[in-house]
Amino acid sequence: MAIPRFWRHIGSRYNLVGTKCKVCGKVYFPPRDVCPVCHRKSLGSMERVKLSGSGKIYSYTVIHTPQKDFEMQTPYVMAIVELDEGPRVTAQIVDCDPSEVHIGMRVRAVLRRIGEDGEGGIIYYGYKFVPERTSAKGAQGHLSVK
Amino acid sequence: MSAGIVSYGAYIPRYRIDVGEIARVWGADGEARSKSLAVYSKSVPGPDEDTATIAIEAARNALRRVNIDPKDIGAVFVGSESHPYVVKPTASIVAEAIGATPYLTAADYEFACKAGTTAIQTCMAMVKSGMIKYGLAIGADTSQGAPGDPLEYTASAGGAAYIIGKEGVIARINHTVSYTTDTPDFWRREGQKYPSHGGRFTGEPAYFKHIINCTKHLMESVGTKPSDYNYAVFHQPNGKFPMRVAKILGFTKEQITTGLLTPYIGNTYSGAVPLGLAAVLDVAKPGDRIIAVSFGSGAGSDAFDITVEDEIENYPRHMGPSVMELVENYKMVDYAIYAKFRRKIHLGV
Ligand SMILES: [Zn+2]
Repeated sequence: MAIPRFWRHIGSRYNLVGTKCKVCGKVYFPPRDVCPVCHRKSLGSMERVKLSGSGKIYSYTVIHTPQKDFEMQTPYVMAIVELDEGPRVTAQIVDCDPSEVHIGMRVRAVLRRIGEDGEGGIIYYGYKFVPERTSAKGAQGHLSVK
Repeated sequence: MSAGIVSYGAYIPRYRIDVGEIARVWGADGEARSKSLAVYSKSVPGPDEDTATIAIEAARNALRRVNIDPKDIGAVFVGSESHPYVVKPTASIVAEAIGATPYLTAADYEFACKAGTTAIQTCMAMVKSGMIKYGLAIGADTSQGAPGDPLEYTASAGGAAYIIGKEGVIARINHTVSYTTDTPDFWRREGQKYPSHGGRFTGEPAYFKHIINCTKHLMESVGTKPSDYNYAVFHQPNGKFPMRVAKILGFTKEQITTGLLTPYIGNTYSGAVPLGLAAVLDVAKPGDRIIAVSFGSGAGSDAFDITVEDEIENYPRHMGPSVMELVENYKMVDYAIYAKFRRKIHLGV
């Protein structure tokens, strides 16, 4: 990954900042300058919005042959997450076993390491998703694994 | 007007390893190890977690509980002995990830296990002087012991974040004092992967001397005695030291139990006292008085005298995970997985 390209997208990558078309109300991530539905009508009406980071798994796959930087995490889960605001993003699901993952599972965004340029290079951080541990008491809550 | 805690948030990685499992690999007696340290298991960060991601999660948990515009946070300080970079601050990553950039100051602190409490002191001073509206102080670590070293049984990961301000204070910090000397009990030189320590030297002249003197100095300054406090939190490199220092100072087991987490999650270094204090704030009631004393090798202690305010009744603690929820949300791993996660195994490519 090129450092300038990574750096330009830090704001949206760290905080899931997308855009909302004020004409039709559709939310996009990553951010867009023009709404693909409203075209020219949306010019100047695309508003930056911070997404909640909550959503559900739309589809997923378990990866056994890792790409570079993921050797220590195999097997791992890559999923398409449908955010509550509507956009779908592709991301890794962490902090749970592949066997626990299912379509429709509630997840929430966290910031994790997504790669690095070797031991002496830049560390890249980005969003991944963890299961939303449902609990009356908290956002993360308690999972009884004994 | 005095400064205090406006919000707080904790984070502990989900993985744990049993002290007995570490002992098994090194041919040691696990039960004896566990008993002598009073530690059963320690937290292990996932392969994609580091001090920055832990600090961010703790900070976001603090912000979930309070309605503050992140742009009103004028300072972010992250205390750790395991910053991901030697040069390149963790604090700027955290500031970006909570949306506080760009009009703020930020820096990393390093003072072994007390860097997080020193960050709280700096935020207090900046808030009190009117330089900033809110300051964010974080203590977080992903500490490593060399394989087979006694430190490996306890060195763990976790952190807590504190938003310091004057408005909406849930716990007032009445007073803080420190005690610092040049004591070479524990160190890590540039380029070294694992720290070195002075063995038994780390006890009496380091941990005990600094915590005892600092605690006494605080109580003399504010005119309190141990029985005035509902809760006491002492730095906890293992389960034994805080019990012993409490006894020496005249505190009871009941006063320290709530804030004593090391037996379950190990020594979270810069995260230790911030997490212990968070566990106390999770259950504290208005009027409760808390004393919290950190210790960092090298060596120094920071002590805080805290009174819980009525405001805590309106504070939505449930919007973030409690420390006990984080402690209880765990998955045990064996030494092989632990070694892989902690990069003690190197790929042959
Ligand atoms: Zn549109």
